[in-house]
Amino acid sequence: MQKNIICVACPMGCGITVELSDNGDILSVTGNTCKRGDAYARTECTHPVRSLATTVKVSGGVHNVVPCKSAGAIPKEKIFDCMKKISEVEVKAPVTLGDVLVENILGTGIDIVATNHCPKE
Amino acid sequence: MLNYDIVVIGGGPAGMAAALKARECGVESILILERAETLGGILEQCIHTGFGLHYFGEELSGPEYADRFIKLVNEKEIEYKTDTMALEITQDNVVYAVNKEDGLLEIQAKAVILAMGCRERPRGALNIAGSRCSGIMTAGTAQKYVNIDGYMPGKKVVILGSGDIGLIMARRMTLEGAEVKTVCELMPYSSGLTRNIVQCLNDFNIPLRLSCTVIDIHGKDRVEGVTIANVDENRKPIKGTEEYIECDTLLLSVGLIPENELTRAVGIELDPVTNGAVVNEFRETSHKGVFACGNVLHVHDLVDYVTLESQTAGEGAARYVLGKSEDPEYITAKGVNGVRYIVPQKINIRNDGDVKLYFRVGEVYKNAKTVVKYNGEEIISKKRPRLAPGEMENVVIKNEMLKKFSEGGKLEISVEV
Repeated sequence: MQKNIICVACPMGCGITVELSDNGDILSVTGNTCKRGDAYARTECTHPVRSLATTVKVSGGVHNVVPCKSAGAIPKEKIFDCMKKISEVEVKAPVTLGDVLVENILGTGIDIVATNHCPKE
Repeated sequence: MLNYDIVVIGGGPAGMAAALKARECGVESILILERAETLGGILEQCIHTGFGLHYFGEELSGPEYADRFIKLVNEKEIEYKTDTMALEITQDNVVYAVNKEDGLLEIQAKAVILAMGCRERPRGALNIAGSRCSGIMTAGTAQKYVNIDGYMPGKKVVILGSGDIGLIMARRMTLEGAEVKTVCELMPYSSGLTRNIVQCLNDFNIPLRLSCTVIDIHGKDRVEGVTIANVDENRKPIKGTEEYIECDTLLLSVGLIPENELTRAVGIELDPVTNGAVVNEFRETSHKGVFACGNVLHVHDLVDYVTLESQTAGEGAARYVLGKSEDPEYITAKGVNGVRYIVPQKINIRNDGDVKLYFRVGEVYKNAKTVVKYNGEEIISKKRPRLAPGEMENVVIKNEMLKKFSEGGKLEISVEV
């Protein structure tokens, strides 16, 4: 199987082709113009991860929501499940930047933390 | 009348960095005027990460990046007034501003730093045909609705323009459950960063249609759909390529305009390409003692560069206030042959440091060279594997080089393929 990837390691945006065997082993990486591209392509094909930034509902704050992010990268395929989980959470003001809003989201070992303050109204 | 050494107009990343640097350079009396309720500027609604990679060496969200500077402003006890709108700057650097508490403020400044940022091009600037129904807004407006106010402005979305804010909002709306049907880009390339195209569109299978635009908007009270069409090399719609797309929201991400009303009113010379002031290497404008930095000067793609540029302006303003600035002997810097603009546009050759020139190209180039010439003679040549309008380039003119130049000289940067 072939997978085509656009590298984001630098602004070049190389198109990289990865050859995979039937059980998902990487056979070859071509099209990259540097080592970083090779590493990026391998991660993208084996366990792609993304950091997530969204908002959490707040009651009694100056705003209805407070921004938050995953403290580390989350497996890409769990992003929408994480969004669903976060949408069910409501925290009380005041919120301080860095507060853990959801601990160990969906067992990923990653916390969802506030990325801004939300003082009481 | 109030008196301050430096008045900074705008409390976003540019204004805060400039104020902090001016304080570090020894200016005590500084006042920041901010139109919004809090310091931080547009970063407050840019909740995605990717800020600070250059400046802090880590990936922060917008509010986190802003918070680091807000903390420092408070720590250094730099005065600021929020909810305060600057109205006018006079020839003598008196700043008029207004807020609910003080009413009209009249502030005599020795130096003024313009850091008002930019705003998005609205629908009115585009001349799209169709009805004036609700559901049409800039990507940044939608960003504020979703990220600050906490509600969704629509469910089925078409985005016109592939600037970074449009790409970021394509992802954000998708994560919040909207269906982003397509992103249309008039040009044959995106002006957004590659990583945003990959992580905001490709990740969610959102199609990016290049050389394509919205030619009609349908709906009476609310948008019901748009007609899109491909465009030819003259950016004119091609007959027969029209396609109707059902949607309830049209987001516009079609460019940013520096917010220079105050600048223009006081008669400061503007660069017709950047739409910002013409400045020297310390970002001093044609009006003595008035400096400009950040997106009000030219639109940046990374806030990290805004911070660096604003520190330069802050240092410049401090030198001016403390009587340390030299009498200038200027050479000019101009972009030619593929280089759209250069900031700063003029350089004082009596300056005792190196000077970094920032510039932007007009189209995408692969395996090209950027060449700096002084009075027609090549002095620097840099190989660039890729150049794109969305990514700002820079080149450093070393002080020993500067010292060899003479007043009235011409510096030019060009692209050679």
